[in-house]
Amino acid sequence: MLLSETGQFSTCYAHDRRAFRLRQERVGLGLVLAFAFLVVPAWASDYWFSAILIPFLILSLAGLGLNLLTGYAGQLSLGSAAFMAVGAFAAYNFQLRIEGLPFLVSLALGGLVAALAGVVFGLPSLRIKGFYLIVSTLAAQFLVQWGLTKFGWFSNFNPSGVITAPPLTILGQDLSSPAGRYLLTLLVVTALFFLAGRIVRSDLGRNWMAVRDMDSAAAVIGIPVARSKLLAFAVSSFYCGVAGSLWAFTYLGTVEPHGFDLNRSFQVLFIIIIGGMGSILGNFLGAAFIVLLPLLLSNLGGSLLAGVIDQGHIENLQKILFGLLIILFLIREPDGLASLWRSLRARARVWPLRA
Amino acid sequence: MSALSASALLLAVEHVSLSFGGVKAVTDISFSVPRGEICALIGPNGAGKSSLLNVINGVYRPQGGRVVYDGLVTSRSAPRQAALGGIARTFQNVALFKGMSVLDNVLTGRNVRVGAGWIEQVLGLPRARAEADLHRHRAEEILAFLHIQAHRDTPVGKLPYGLQKRVELARAIASEPQLLLLDEPMAGMNLEEKMDMSCFILDINRDLGTTVVLIEHDLGVVMDISDHVVVLDYGRKIADGPPARVRDDPQVIAAYIGAH
Repeated sequence: MLLSETGQFSTCYAHDRRAFRLRQERVGLGLVLAFAFLVVPAWASDYWFSAILIPFLILSLAGLGLNLLTGYAGQLSLGSAAFMAVGAFAAYNFQLRIEGLPFLVSLALGGLVAALAGVVFGLPSLRIKGFYLIVSTLAAQFLVQWGLTKFGWFSNFNPSGVITAPPLTILGQDLSSPAGRYLLTLLVVTALFFLAGRIVRSDLGRNWMAVRDMDSAAAVIGIPVARSKLLAFAVSSFYCGVAGSLWAFTYLGTVEPHGFDLNRSFQVLFIIIIGGMGSILGNFLGAAFIVLLPLLLSNLGGSLLAGVIDQGHIENLQKILFGLLIILFLIREPDGLASLWRSLRARARVWPLRA
Repeated sequence: MSALSASALLLAVEHVSLSFGGVKAVTDISFSVPRGEICALIGPNGAGKSSLLNVINGVYRPQGGRVVYDGLVTSRSAPRQAALGGIARTFQNVALFKGMSVLDNVLTGRNVRVGAGWIEQVLGLPRARAEADLHRHRAEEILAFLHIQAHRDTPVGKLPYGLQKRVELARAIASEPQLLLLDEPMAGMNLEEKMDMSCFILDINRDLGTTVVLIEHDLGVVMDISDHVVVLDYGRKIADGPPARVRDDPQVIAAYIGAH
């Protein structure tokens, strides 16, 4: 009943193709967007913007990047952080070397450079898959980090290799305040999520899923398998690259290679495993899980166990509990939070009856 | 060969030989398929039937001989070129895209007919939108033709086997092929399902004018629906002709039943 389809018939194919076909879905989406764009900036504190909302949004975007590659096109990768780094350093250098380049343009250019790097490191996918592909994308991870540390040009010969991001201004508006950085991040992330929703529903998205599910049959029915794989690497790395630029410019305020190490790649991978492979919404859910749960645990631990156990033990206990929760959750729901959402949705369709 | 007979022939397999290492899968096989015909490839297991289909649509490259399809040599090209040239096929083991819906599977079959680039589609430009409507319309026609509209949005992995075979056939004819290669379309089916499938194959052949080359073990079905039967045994052709004549061929009987 909540999601009743009664009376909502598609009268043309274009209506049937929409991502949000039901009126309730569109209203719900509008409410969420209004909340994120209007209510949150007026209400949230600087701590919420800087420590929770901005990293949550950026990690969702990075998760989306990897999900396009792994969840949709079936190509495993542990190089997400490398492509984030390429995007961040490229955007920084465009800003540095081209006078007066608008921030959004350098963001896009950074993404394009990352896409190029993605195609190069995606070339092995034409011959190998699965675990072997993971190992070869790991090469990207180490090579990029090494290159960015080794060659000073990338960080403008700054002795520490850490560079301060330039101030954020768009159309003369200064967006350096936490709320401003949040709004900028939200704008870019929202736009790119809508774009991804359209990509996976296009022929390219279908080709990716066909390659994922059975590449030999895909080749026989005429799908250009090699091209599809490389495009998956390109689009995925574009998304990771933009996420990396945002990470450097709107979250940290600095650009440094060590912010994009293997741990970051694993973090992005966990986001899509917990959120759900082959899902757009799952990236938000997975990122929320990864960003919010540790904070929640540390707040709980801090208030409940303070004085009982010493601080060092509490931190370790939190990590153990976090790991345990991930394991328990994946046993209950191996397809991730997105599949939980789908079953809730199926229930809402017939509620108050049972599906 | 006169011009007339050249255009009447859709497919000519000429002295094709294929081996894997020392194992000879197919040895010096020649046969031809006129346009509009249903041709059956039969023979005991391991006779080289599937290998031959794989040569025809470019999955394998033969060491000897060639395949002429629609006047062009295709045995030197890749599967995608064969698909673009109008050859579609189904597989012995259902090779559907399990995570995708029935409709999406059928739409992937139309990918060789897509003109608009992905950026056009993502931006929703008028040409891409009109094209998407057209492809959806054709896909719906095919779903109706094979009576699977009701399963349009079901992920194919959740369908029963008989329906999966039908979806695979739908995906193959979605590309509007000239030549349809079917690798055991009725394997593992019960009598009713075989009858349905036979009717669909005959309908495709008659209504859509598609030439069909099929591999099938059920000789009853083969004799009923095919115009022309080619019999292979141990990678060699042992008989070639109309069903009635092939059935009585002593070599064929020997291959199937054994002879002294």
